[in-house]
Amino acid sequence: MQFLTVIVRRFLYAFLLLLAVVVFNFILLYMVPGDIAETIAGESGGGSAELMAEIRHSYGLDRPFHVQLFTYVGNVLQGDLGESYYFNIPVLDLVLDRLAPTLLLVVTALLLAIFTGTLFGIIAAQRPNGVFSHFITILALIGVSAPVFWTAFLLIILFVSMLQIMPLSGLAEPLSESGTWRWYLDVAHHLFLPVISLSSIYLAQYSRLARASMMDILGSDYIRTARAKGLGQRMIIYKHGLRNAVIPVITIAGLQFSHIFSGAVVIETVFSWPGLGTLAFESILRGDTPTIMGILFFSAFVVIVFNLLTDLAYRIVDPRIRLSNTA
Amino acid sequence: MTNIENSQTAPAQEMEEISIEHPFRQFVTMYMRNYAAVAGLFVFVVIVAAALFAPVILDLDPFEMVDAPLLRPGENGHIFGTDNLGRDMFVSIVYGARVTMAVGGAAAGITLVIGLSIGAMAGYYRGWVDEVLMRITEFFQVLPPLLLAMVLVALFSPTLETVAIAIGVVSWTGVARLARAEFMRLRELDFVKAARSIGGRDRRIIWLVILPNALPPLIVNAALTVGIAILFEAALSFLGLSDPNVMSWGKLIGDNRDYLLDAPWTVTIPGVAIFLTVLAMSLIGDGLNDAFNPKLRER
Repeated sequence: MQFLTVIVRRFLYAFLLLLAVVVFNFILLYMVPGDIAETIAGESGGGSAELMAEIRHSYGLDRPFHVQLFTYVGNVLQGDLGESYYFNIPVLDLVLDRLAPTLLLVVTALLLAIFTGTLFGIIAAQRPNGVFSHFITILALIGVSAPVFWTAFLLIILFVSMLQIMPLSGLAEPLSESGTWRWYLDVAHHLFLPVISLSSIYLAQYSRLARASMMDILGSDYIRTARAKGLGQRMIIYKHGLRNAVIPVITIAGLQFSHIFSGAVVIETVFSWPGLGTLAFESILRGDTPTIMGILFFSAFVVIVFNLLTDLAYRIVDPRIRLSNTA
Repeated sequence: MTNIENSQTAPAQEMEEISIEHPFRQFVTMYMRNYAAVAGLFVFVVIVAAALFAPVILDLDPFEMVDAPLLRPGENGHIFGTDNLGRDMFVSIVYGARVTMAVGGAAAGITLVIGLSIGAMAGYYRGWVDEVLMRITEFFQVLPPLLLAMVLVALFSPTLETVAIAIGVVSWTGVARLARAEFMRLRELDFVKAARSIGGRDRRIIWLVILPNALPPLIVNAALTVGIAILFEAALSFLGLSDPNVMSWGKLIGDNRDYLLDAPWTVTIPGVAIFLTVLAMSLIGDGLNDAFNPKLRER
């Protein structure tokens, strides 16, 4: 019962956040200097005063602020994000088309960073002052200091230019047929460098985090009990320690999700990965405002959904959170 | 430690030799003990000097085409070679430092002012003020920061001012949370209660009583904030979303990215410049942290 109430409250809160994003989007558009009607007219070849008035009227730009706001919010909530100035098709279709590659990139990079990071952290925790511990400390420092596009270019120089074992860009070879297992392999091959570049920022950070929490755990009473009853080191670490070491990593990963999404925008443009980031970048260059705002809305939507999922996930992993009634 | 032991074993005449170090000197000593932080400070000073004195040292235009394009580093006397338009990479790097440091610094300043004001009010007033401000903070955490910065620069104008403001608007949430936690902790302490009991006004208590005590973690955070702001500026100018008439490191990489495979130095050298600057800020942050918490380091 209590659990259910918390979940309902979380969903409600997520919805309100989403609503706030829509309102924010609208206010941004409203504040933009310059006349939207002019942009639209410019696309269709300039216009007289009459045409401008007509455009203003048909797009509802002559109506008062609150009417425009409610129309906008209502439209977005019904899934109408407007029409792209450039492609002349609904923004929603355009965005949904590009969502899958972005999610593939972001989720793969995130899972890689969480799994490898936790594993590295656990290994390092067993020798807190060992070589490996220092190694991940330095790696974490490099990860947060290196601009992600530079890391990507260095990897390209190494793997594409020198070793010649990785493709330079795109989702797959243009001629390969989609849906076949060969195509999936090809996508995985193309995914390799973008994923490594993107997770390089977070992997070592997560190792440090997992190392710190693992060291805390190894000193706790219940681990001593486990040891006293004669459990082996491996059993203690992977059965009793792992669960607790991974919780802070998931928490931080959840909080950083919007940052990882940001990193993906840059990575996508570097590797011409056909996702939301590339679309956002191209739309900005084209001045395609409805598409830009649609992407901003949709990425916030993805982040909110993801946060909700992490929240639920560690309510399940951690009984202390599950049983407490605080949100 | 040794001083106290001496004083216990030795009689009163040696008591005078116990010297209490001035806190600032102690701070400097602790900082200097962290070699990486000293190296970071050195790099930082060199880059700031390059930024400040660029027109004095090198009275050249970074946009001027001086030689054949894509010369290797060292060829024809160009230490870092030339880029795809035959512009001297060394001149570009030196002038790029100006924009990077100016925009990075300004953006970090905006980040700190917004974050500190919101965090201080939320942590000090608690209650509904805290509730409202934290909801706003969560709202900004949901929007992907770089994407929002890109949108802001694109919707308004691609000038250095817009870039700095956009970076500030998207990255203050961390500072706000940190400041809030500090203010919540400090407001319960006796010296704050004392200040309130003698009739100190809220504004005075926030800025003159609590803030000075909340500064250490905020200063450490400020160093990291500058680093992050520099990374944001680099990403925006790499994507071409900054003032096209000003040379910056990110722009240099963006301009030359098509020549990556033929002339890798045109991309790697500006990248090293960004990396070293941000690394220096991280190391300085680490050193400041050690210097503010000497006990933490001795453990």
